[in-house]
Amino acid sequence: MKPFIGAILAIFWKDLLAERRTREILGTMLVFALTVILVFVFAFDLSVEIRRKAAAGVIWVTLCFAGTISLNRSLTLERDREAINALLLAPVDRTAIFFGKALVNWVYLLITAAIIVPVYALLNNLSLFSWGGLGVILLGTLGYILTGTLLSTLTLQLRARDMLLPVLLFPVIIPLLLACVRASTILLQGGNPAELDTWLVMLVGYDLLFAAVGLLVFDRIIEE
Amino acid sequence: MKPEKTPRALIFLDFLALLALATAFALVIFYAPFELTMGSVQKVFYFHVAAGLAGMLGFFVATIAAVACLKTGSLKWDVAGLAGVEIGMVLMALCIVSGSIWARPVWNTWWTWDPRLTTALIMELIYAAYLLLRSGLDDARRRAKLAAVYAVVGFISVPLTFFSIRVFRTIHPVMIGSADSSANGLFAMNPSMQTTFFSSLAAFSILFIALYWHRYRLGNLQAEINERRAALQEEGE
Repeated sequence: MKPFIGAILAIFWKDLLAERRTREILGTMLVFALTVILVFVFAFDLSVEIRRKAAAGVIWVTLCFAGTISLNRSLTLERDREAINALLLAPVDRTAIFFGKALVNWVYLLITAAIIVPVYALLNNLSLFSWGGLGVILLGTLGYILTGTLLSTLTLQLRARDMLLPVLLFPVIIPLLLACVRASTILLQGGNPAELDTWLVMLVGYDLLFAAVGLLVFDRIIEE
Repeated sequence: MKPEKTPRALIFLDFLALLALATAFALVIFYAPFELTMGSVQKVFYFHVAAGLAGMLGFFVATIAAVACLKTGSLKWDVAGLAGVEIGMVLMALCIVSGSIWARPVWNTWWTWDPRLTTALIMELIYAAYLLLRSGLDDARRRAKLAAVYAVVGFISVPLTFFSIRVFRTIHPVMIGSADSSANGLFAMNPSMQTTFFSSLAAFSILFIALYWHRYRLGNLQAEINERRAALQEEGE
């Protein structure tokens, strides 16, 4: 177990270090996310009341869009100079690559969320913070990243790889997205606490399920 | 080598499917009674449900084939999975369109974001993505493996989608099993309606088997052509 976790962390640190030196993923994600929020505001000409009601939806859709950037990039990065072969040669369980990549993508997405949520609140004069909301963001982004990392490993081997990830990913994460938006909306505007519990159970279940799927099928799809 | 002929049993099945469909159609038009409140548009129901169930069967077969493909690595299962997806998509599209035609007068809208409707639509999107994924890969073994993984992931999310949308209230009538009394457009089937319903269900089942057999055969023939072409190219070099 220990070398497995060590391998996950090694991949995680390697990617963070590369990111610190190149600064290509996070910066793009942030600027893109802010642009998407702006597009939403102008496209719908949102009034104050609608901006408050639509907050959860706008933020989650923005996170989903921005997430595809890091999901695509963090794996094509390995492909570019055939670094993936060196990763595969490492004498560790290959599932460690899956969890390492998922961890680093998760951190990128959480950083993006930590910036765009306050920015949305600030721009629209809303109060969006709650501990429950933090939990929903942690669980929701985790599920998104687990599914996304698995599918971006799939698209890595395709001809039109960057193009296809959203097409493959978005229909599969609909239940997750719905649970995130509903749970966030209930937390922000009040609602039935029993319904909130259902959504939280659903989020936890989704995360566990897709962690298990990744564990089971990842080493089959990464083979070169 | 002589070209392989279409099996006799398959030709027989084609005619049987045609006959069963014609019979079911005649029953729907001439035999089934008019429902009291919905009138003639209710007759859409017979083919709508039968197509939906047969479509689901296609996706289900595709998932089983995908799991088998991942376990054995045999390309035959890949062909079997693709056949299930393609036929499932066509039948599910029929189900959605016929449902919309029924819903316009009964629900007063072509479309509503009800669990069944939404899940059917998302399934179509997932399997369209499955077909796109396949078209992006040239190597047959890799294509089989990656498509199988996506088919499994996609099928896992289908019940989750259904359940999550179900937490919102539904207005779709449930004809088999327990029904929510608030559903709109619910009716009780009398015996002649049941006869019509089960004959159209039987007709679509036979149609499904015939189509599936054809598609599976076609897939295998295609794979054989590709193999021979590759062999010829190697000889040429």
